[in-house]
Amino acid sequence: MRHRVAIGVRSHAFEGLAELLAKASPMRSGDALAGVAAASAEERMAARIALADVPLTAFLDEPLIPYERDEVTRLIVDSHDAAAFAPLRSLTVGAFRDWLLSDAATTEALTAAAPGITPEMAAAVSKLMRNQDLILAARKCRVVTAFRSTIGLPGRLAIRLQPNHPSDDARGILASTLDGLLYGAGDACIGINPASDEPRKLRALWDLLDALISRHGIPTQSCVLAHVTRQIDAIEHGAPVDLVFQSVGGSEALNTSFGISLALLREAQDAARSLKRGTVGDNVMYFETGQGAALSANAHHGLDQQTCEARAYAVCRAHAPLLVNSVVGFIGPEYLFDAKQIIRAGLEDHFCGKLLGLPMGVDVCYTNHAEADQDDMDTLLTLLGAAGVNYVMGVPGADDIMLGYQSTSFHDGLYLRETLGLRHAPEFEQWLQRMRLIDDRGRLRDARESLALPLLSAIDDAPR
Amino acid sequence: MSDLDRARNGIPRDPWAELQSHTVARIALGRSGASLPTREVLAFGVAHAQARDAVHAALDVAQLASDLASLGLPLLTVASAAASRSAYLARPDWGRRLDAVSRAALAAEAAARASAPDVLFVIGDGLSALAPQRHAAALLAALLPMLAGLRIGPLVIATQARVALADEIAETLSARLVVCLIGERPGLSSADSLGAYVTFAPKVGRTDAERNCLSNIRPEGLPAAEAARQLAALLAAAFANRISGVTLRIDPAATVPAMPGSR
Repeated sequence: MRHRVAIGVRSHAFEGLAELLAKASPMRSGDALAGVAAASAEERMAARIALADVPLTAFLDEPLIPYERDEVTRLIVDSHDAAAFAPLRSLTVGAFRDWLLSDAATTEALTAAAPGITPEMAAAVSKLMRNQDLILAARKCRVVTAFRSTIGLPGRLAIRLQPNHPSDDARGILASTLDGLLYGAGDACIGINPASDEPRKLRALWDLLDALISRHGIPTQSCVLAHVTRQIDAIEHGAPVDLVFQSVGGSEALNTSFGISLALLREAQDAARSLKRGTVGDNVMYFETGQGAALSANAHHGLDQQTCEARAYAVCRAHAPLLVNSVVGFIGPEYLFDAKQIIRAGLEDHFCGKLLGLPMGVDVCYTNHAEADQDDMDTLLTLLGAAGVNYVMGVPGADDIMLGYQSTSFHDGLYLRETLGLRHAPEFEQWLQRMRLIDDRGRLRDARESLALPLLSAIDDAPR
Repeated sequence: MSDLDRARNGIPRDPWAELQSHTVARIALGRSGASLPTREVLAFGVAHAQARDAVHAALDVAQLASDLASLGLPLLTVASAAASRSAYLARPDWGRRLDAVSRAALAAEAAARASAPDVLFVIGDGLSALAPQRHAAALLAALLPMLAGLRIGPLVIATQARVALADEIAETLSARLVVCLIGERPGLSSADSLGAYVTFAPKVGRTDAERNCLSNIRPEGLPAAEAARQLAALLAAAFANRISGVTLRIDPAATVPAMPGSR
């Protein structure tokens, strides 16, 4: 369908929803690289004006990637909940924005509507929303998940402890893990990005974390972020796997480039659930996504990168994850050029994920060739705290020595808790209190008086 | 950091500070309330500043040419289609193609040459001009004596270059194999890492899967002498198998075991 808008004497025309969505997107380098961005600021506004008048039902009638050619499209269409969509059915994209920000859109109403909202509807409305809209609407969404800790409760923030080491050295990983625990981080999970893909080395990492968590009764879950096939194999070989991780994308072509399919993800979820290792819940999946991945694999089908990203959330949603995060600034300046673009993308991803019913975290991060620094990450972290982000990363000193990028630190987590009064996941909070690591307000106590110091002996037991 | 330094700073030492011996990660940094001690904020700031300076440093072409002169090879200088550092960072596709002036100059050079080279070296700034500035001449000085019998083309210095720019350069000069020495993305503790990418039968459109790579070439990582030996073995394997990339099998005996001090 052709969309036309006149601004003054100039007329702007857009062929179909894909072009309209791309040109309505806030400026970002990846869309320019793909050749789908608006050619001028005025054209971008014309696209937004046209988009505001598009009925939400148009996204059901006009799939952006053909149903026959893409299993993500089939998932989106086949799993759409018409009853949940009924209250929104008569809305345009512009009216949808107004509804999301209205007092009628309560937490309960948003939760009920989530299965009726498609990724394309979420992406479309986000393009009409300012940063404050993305924060306010996301803050009203509530997505609570659980395994050994409960994540996403109001007034709470969890941290993924990310103790990576460039050679997967057991003592190096343990040293960073203990550092994080003693700084009160690790309630979302303890998740290692392994440098090696060798099954024997991966198994050592699962065993290492399992020993620590079980011996000290830490209410958290481990994850080794290898390829999903490696994790399924490990489960079959008896490895103590808590969460199964996988990077996922918004098109079948992108998922194929990752070496995965929806069937494989289902198999992984079933395998992890069969172990019954969760104590307070059975959300066993951990997914990561990020704008720009589709274009980098030439799997974007002419779509803008934010719409592709929102479609990835349909893949996540189908597998009841414990954690989902957008690794927003990792991909580099050719997709998100500077802090302005990274901040905007982080807020979009968090909002779209939450609106679709996902337990969203964000890896607030950047690389050294992006126009960004620690001040910018402070800004995004604070905005996400205000938006009610379920969890963020905790990397020693914000410096990931394995992946070579800067994320948020254990101290950044402390900052956000202190500034916004956010508490730990409840089970983890109780453990920290038993260990005398935090006081009854959740603040760190003097570590010299902690009962957790015996954990440090774990380093002597670790293999060299 | 000594206890005395900590005490001077007024921030108590974390009781687990000894864990620092197990990793170079930034652990046991101490805290003031929820926040990092001033010392650590400044230490991080220095590391990031050095990485940022490396990303934005311009290659000093005249100095590099002077450093390479003793190798006794002709020198050419080309530029990619990325006209500025900002354009280079935003548009990797521009950094992979020559600008019009360079393309014409290289074509003229190719027409004037009697024979095509076996090996062409392209020295590019990449994401850290400091890396080729500091390490390219030493690496080539160590490597060239190991390549006796091969026709070595002119040394091509390329600015605002991505790895794949070497494909167009080498194709224009009809080289059988190209080695692209290029600055890698700076990390917080390594602002001047040099990468070496080897591509057999280079032409526009080659993918990364068709290259072999040595990375972290710098005195604190893979030193020049060791990198040269590994590269020489890689080139020998590529010529013997007439291929490069993920399918190239390199005889482990041919790549010399890592020496002390290399990674």
